Amino acid sequence: MHDVKTDVAPLDSAWSGGAPPFAMGSKKLGMWLFLVSDTLTFSALLIVYSYSRITNPDWPKPFPMYPAIVFSTTMTVVLLASSLTMVMGVMAAQRNDRKATVKWMIATMVGGLAFMGLHLREWFHLIEEGCTITHNPWGTPQFGAVFFGITGMHMTHVLIGVIYLGIVATGYGRGKFSAEDVEVNGLYWHFVDLVWMFVFPLIYLMSVKY
Amino acid sequence: MHTHALAEQAHAGATVKANLYIWFGLIAITGLEVFLAYEELPPTVMLTMLMGLSLLKAFMIMSYFMHLKFEKFTLVLWLVPSMIFCIGMMMIFFYPEAYRLLQLRPH
Repeated sequence: MHDVKTDVAPLDSAWSGGAPPFAMGSKKLGMWLFLVSDTLTFSALLIVYSYSRITNPDWPKPFPMYPAIVFSTTMTVVLLASSLTMVMGVMAAQRNDRKATVKWMIATMVGGLAFMGLHLREWFHLIEEGCTITHNPWGTPQFGAVFFGITGMHMTHVLIGVIYLGIVATGYGRGKFSAEDVEVNGLYWHFVDLVWMFVFPLIYLMSVKY
Repeated sequence: MHTHALAEQAHAGATVKANLYIWFGLIAITGLEVFLAYEELPPTVMLTMLMGLSLLKAFMIMSYFMHLKFEKFTLVLWLVPSMIFCIGMMMIFFYPEAYRLLQLRPH
């Protein structure tokens, strides 16, 4: 009897299952997919804003150096600093240093809360000047809607991020969550930071009062 | 493979020093953006320059802080081109509306 050669792969091959195709857990892959979908949400908002900004030569420029630009630049630095503390937290989690991880995550939460505090102050300043989501005292009516719409959407993400950090930090400190959970949390936080890198120049720097 | 082992594998290349360099780079680019904002350039030129710098910052954050540089390259091939395609489609389909807005403006 002749030996029959088949194309069936050996059981230990990559196609036989049991090996994650991207060498990562399902939580992390799920977060990446969510971030891609969220990127498209923010992209739609920012592309529409960019076209509106360019096609309206009389777009208002209500942001003077102080307080608007100084505050928004400080917010950018604070958010970037919180991303760095998150990186340190993820690294500490890789070393299985639970105490240090929780400390770095609390520092990240403080950064997020500081960002929100500064941003709300900026919001109230504009509202006091008569700018709301439906009204703009400086001309082009869309300004208030896009400003509060885009920054509000981003601030909601920051708020969710701070709550998410609090839940994961508490769970990780008590041994209920793993290093992977901290890393997945970190991905979300860095995404919030990444989105601000587009919101800050588009909303603030494109509307500087000279 | 255990999830902890997977996470350790993904972080093999990121060091504290590298992350600090990236962070200072991001701060420096932010400073450059603020400087450019006061150069009174035409809006289209300003938008192009600021978006170029923002894309550079996004690339740095994704590569180092989000560790995409240290993940399997198939993940990058899976996520990034599809995302760029969708954003490109948005830019193309929103453009006629923006052009119409410009044409309908009272002169």
